[in-house]
Amino acid sequence: MDEGLIEESESGNACTDEAAPALIAVHPTESSVVIAVGSELRVFDLKGDSAVSPLDDLGGPHHSASIRAISFSLDGELFVSAGDDKIIKIWKTDSWNCIRTVQSEKKVSAVSISQDSQYVTFADKFGVVWIVSLKEDRDTKAVPILGHYCSIITSMKFSPDGRFIATADRDYKIRITVFPRNALKGAHEIQSFCLGHTDFVSCLAFVCSQDQSKGLLLSGGGDLTVRLWDYISGSLLFTCALADEAGNLEASEIEENDKRAVTDICASSDGSLIAVAVQSFNGVMLLSCDLLAKTLSFVKIVSMEKSYIPTSLALVSSKERLWTVMGASNLSSSDLTDNNQRLLTRVRIISFLQKDPLDSCSRDPALLEDGEVPGGEKLLMQLQGCLDAAAQEAAFAAAAAAVRTSLQNMMIKKQYSVERRELRKRNRNDKKIKS
Amino acid sequence: MDGWTGFIYCGSRSARVPGVSNTHRQQQVVSCRFARSIPLFSSQLPVAVTKSGGGAMSARLPRKRFYRARAHSNPLSDSHFPVPICPSDVDFSSHYPHFFPGPGPAHAHDGPRPMVRFADVGCGFGGLLVGLSPLFPDTLMIGMELRDKVTEYVKDRIQGLRATNPGQYNNISVVRTNSMKYIPNYFQKAQLSKMFFLFPDPHFKEKNHRRRVISVQLLDEYAYVMEVGGIIYTVTDVEELGEWMKSCLEKHPLFEAVGEEEINTDPVVKLLTSATEEGQKVARNGGQTFMAIYRRVASKED
Repeated sequence: MDEGLIEESESGNACTDEAAPALIAVHPTESSVVIAVGSELRVFDLKGDSAVSPLDDLGGPHHSASIRAISFSLDGELFVSAGDDKIIKIWKTDSWNCIRTVQSEKKVSAVSISQDSQYVTFADKFGVVWIVSLKEDRDTKAVPILGHYCSIITSMKFSPDGRFIATADRDYKIRITVFPRNALKGAHEIQSFCLGHTDFVSCLAFVCSQDQSKGLLLSGGGDLTVRLWDYISGSLLFTCALADEAGNLEASEIEENDKRAVTDICASSDGSLIAVAVQSFNGVMLLSCDLLAKTLSFVKIVSMEKSYIPTSLALVSSKERLWTVMGASNLSSSDLTDNNQRLLTRVRIISFLQKDPLDSCSRDPALLEDGEVPGGEKLLMQLQGCLDAAAQEAAFAAAAAAVRTSLQNMMIKKQYSVERRELRKRNRNDKKIKS
Repeated sequence: MDGWTGFIYCGSRSARVPGVSNTHRQQQVVSCRFARSIPLFSSQLPVAVTKSGGGAMSARLPRKRFYRARAHSNPLSDSHFPVPICPSDVDFSSHYPHFFPGPGPAHAHDGPRPMVRFADVGCGFGGLLVGLSPLFPDTLMIGMELRDKVTEYVKDRIQGLRATNPGQYNNISVVRTNSMKYIPNYFQKAQLSKMFFLFPDPHFKEKNHRRRVISVQLLDEYAYVMEVGGIIYTVTDVEELGEWMKSCLEKHPLFEAVGEEEINTDPVVKLLTSATEEGQKVARNGGQTFMAIYRRVASKED
């Protein structure tokens, strides 16, 4: 009877040797960049032009398993990281000191900081969203505020005005919940469900214009679409099927039978630039959103070297640079580790700097060479783990494969053959009674 | 969820065993009564004919013994039945053909499309739907049941009732689904005016409490699909579960207890225990029932 549950927990335990994709986050003013790979947080201070080691003076535990979610607060003062080790660490970004370590009962799949920096919310593998108040100095316990019934929450974002919290899950759902004033009592009022994805939803991003604070919601998923929603009513405004766009490109060279999914979306706040990462796709797709017409349009593809399949994207509102990272944790082979046994990642940056200041339209994306990145070698050394990461093609191919497999294992429902299900049914007790 | 009939409970509810023979006897009586007025071999309902081996008892109404199902179904497991993507994806016209007059241009029909207003979550063998149908002949109601055999039974039962009572029972139907996971896939915001949770699986063990169909988190979703003023009915014969459901509803800011007076005058309340198979069995065994009836209220947040 409990087979489903048992299998779930088994695969959950197996997750420790499943690859977690490397993640990237950029401070809202681009004063620092963070990469999470495995249990490691790599911070580079762009203002001070130096590598930073996050510290925990309180003596709390360090991350001991793959970090699955990271996020900066809106004002950039706080940073939060959480993952498979069931702890959530909240950091002050001026000193990179940990100010709070919160214990979770389950592995954490998504994390977010409320727009007013008063609360941290995190979602566990059972689909429950918990909240911690940062108001009191004393350690307060996390309390559950809402739940997706037994479905992994893949992404969690606060709306730009802070009134709503959006959560996306493996069961094709996006739930928009009113974020109450006293959030510790739970978020019970559902504003809407955004239903339309035909596979798991993997990522969410809000866009809004300056004059209207309401904004729209973007989502990407396993059906290889990016969808635009009026999240207040839950209505689907536009669907952008990336299969058409990617399929036309020879450069993409997608293997057959390879199920592709949107793995990450990031958007400039006004929606004029939306970057999309796709599984097994060596590059970034750029879209733009017309907030008035409520449509998405495909802009172009920025292709990268064949082995580079970004696992995470980050963009700041000034949208001069799109940061991308590729990497994976927990690869059993020594493929991904260099001599110092550091996990290898690869950082690539797309610059949208205007070459001609008079022509505001000429925002041609340019892929920065290693010599051109801000912070230079010091940054690459800190974030990538080594300088000549580009040379390790085999390692990255292994990383891409591992990330793909682990995503599929986590997101795709197990399909049993008809024979196997029939066999199980035949052995059921109630059937025995009949015969 | 009045569907425990005829099956042995795990654990502490072995007292249910005597119900087995009772139920079967009663069913046969029912079948005989209908058999008199109905032609034996109906082409519309091959199930009853073929499965019963052409016996003299075969009637239009299906018989439970051919729809045996386990008493429990795991609500946490991944579902292998089709789930609608969103409410507009559900074809209710096939469920209520009488209310959706034929295919053709949509604008040809007057007024808005009829909407399902009552949902019986875990409808079991459908006793409540059958009881409610004549009380609210113009209201569409749907039963939701996770066990496929039981759903098949209710489908056939409704077909049989429609055939034997022309013009009646056109407003009830059933879907096989996991309503703990997919309620928002079937109903829009504020669509329902009544929801029923009758004799749900008690899940005694604490580690299984999250499988209970009433929990504060699931009530969020029920509140979403219910209109303000809509009423949620819960009833159980397990005291512990009764207290659990009541405390969940009491804790929830979007629900408010319905007054004693109103409960006494509500015609639906009597059906909760009298119409359902499980309720009848509890009554036969002289068991107690524990009801919690709450109203969906507007958010006090603003």
